[in-house]
Amino acid sequence: MKVRLKVWRQPGPNAAGGFETYDTPELNPNMSFLEMLDVVNDELTRRGNAPIAFAHDCREGICGTCGLTVNGRPHGPGQGTATCQLYMRNFEDGATITIEPFRARPFPVLQDLIVDRAAFDRIMQKGGFVSVRTGAPQDANALPVAKPAAELAMDAAQCIGCGACVAACKNASAMLFVSAKVSHLGLLPQGQPERYRRVAAMVRAMDGEGFGNCTVTGSCEAVCPKNINLAFIARLNRDYAVALLKGE
Amino acid sequence: MNVLVRLFGSSVGKKLVMAATGLVLVLFVLGHMIGNLQVFLGPEALNRYAAFLQSNREVLWAVRLVLLTCVGLHVWSALKLSSENRAARPLDYDGRPAPAAATYASRTMLMSGLIVAAFILYHLLHYTVRVEAINFTGKSFLDLKEAAPGGGERHDVFKMVILGFRQPLVSLFYLVGVGLLCLHLSHGLRAMFQSLGLLTHKCGPLIARAAPVVAWILFLGYVSIPLAVLLGFGKEVLH
Ligand code: HEM
Ligand code: FES
Repeated sequence: MKVRLKVWRQPGPNAAGGFETYDTPELNPNMSFLEMLDVVNDELTRRGNAPIAFAHDCREGICGTCGLTVNGRPHGPGQGTATCQLYMRNFEDGATITIEPFRARPFPVLQDLIVDRAAFDRIMQKGGFVSVRTGAPQDANALPVAKPAAELAMDAAQCIGCGACVAACKNASAMLFVSAKVSHLGLLPQGQPERYRRVAAMVRAMDGEGFGNCTVTGSCEAVCPKNINLAFIARLNRDYAVALLKGE
Repeated sequence: MNVLVRLFGSSVGKKLVMAATGLVLVLFVLGHMIGNLQVFLGPEALNRYAAFLQSNREVLWAVRLVLLTCVGLHVWSALKLSSENRAARPLDYDGRPAPAAATYASRTMLMSGLIVAAFILYHLLHYTVRVEAINFTGKSFLDLKEAAPGGGERHDVFKMVILGFRQPLVSLFYLVGVGLLCLHLSHGLRAMFQSLGLLTHKCGPLIARAAPVVAWILFLGYVSIPLAVLLGFGKEVLH
């Protein structure tokens, strides 16, 4: 199969960007989307052109590094998959595929399809951790965790911080990401001492980065490669309301 | 102090303001519909109810002030949050694709809200302040009085409603206004539970499904009145 790509090219953070069109060489339909880009880049390089810059690392859906907007949808047409888990067989032979970087003011484009997601790191630095004295590891099961809480915490902990929630949201809201991080720790006993300080600090950091506000459209949940549930945002709101009352 | 700064200064805080004021308005809208439906019990029931509402000035004005404050805060937070949202997403994707999974109602909340605000203004001038120029009947609603059973006079609300809704354009505007309000609520009710933190993983799907149903009930309850009047309900009181 062959496809035509319409790709956002932008040489640097402050340079103007625009779309370029490329026709791919013959592709194997079982190639992943990123392998297809590798093939296109090989050809571009051979012809002496600059390859398309895109971010990737694990290529198995666990690191959150890859992140492209494919035909207007972050991570493309898949459900519960990252861009690296998208295959060319999901597209028609001869189709035109538009590839853009994640769009949000707090995620500035560095080059072509790569955006700077350090805003997420700065939010994490404000509360995405538990402060504990380290020492010898604790006995397993020394700290009882109820099964429902453990399950919910694990659901939230699946978030890989890829930023697709922000990219999909018409308001570029980071609330699904922040709610997952807040809930993951807030549901476990280790997270309790800092529970309300954490939510207040992380929301303040989120606002400071210039992310938008949730309007419950559900776009984030729809594109999340880890299927993080929208209900976590309600949990974030609840914890924030309690934090307000506690004066955190 | 800190609480107020956080409430009105943070993203989640402003959503709480919007949802809490939305809740007050929703409760009012529900109660108002039930009150209005008494029109189908005839002139005596409706006029007695209206006179009862007007009977205690202090309570009446307290309720009005609370409602107006809620509308003010709701609109303020809506405008503030929306302008932040636009700033956060300066560049849209190619061809402006519809955002994944977002319903029409959820994408048009500001627009439906602003038109509802215009409708509320008209509605207040029409039936509360009773400005003659905008009722298009050529009669002043302020002059519609009837003898109260206990002596004295009271406002003939029934006749006003029949006269008012017999103007097709006025009824049409009510239909559009209430329709947009219910579109607003078909998404807003769910968003409200979400913003107030009352939604959980368990009840979330139920709330998402119930919100449009409640919105439809409100819509049918409200529009039944102008529709019935246009079809001839109550015309005997005009002679
Ligand atoms: C009787 C009148 C109204 C009622 C009952 C009402 C009710 C609600 C409710 C329950 C919500 C959900 C709160 C939340 O987002 O958590 C909401 C949201 C909203 N309302 Fe209203 N509203 C009314 C009028 C207005 C007006 C006049 C505006 C004009 C600006 C407006 C704009 C908005 C916006 C922008 C949202 C946010 C939507 C979102 O979060 O997706 N509303 N409203
Ligand atoms: S490259 Fe690691 S999640 Fe896609």
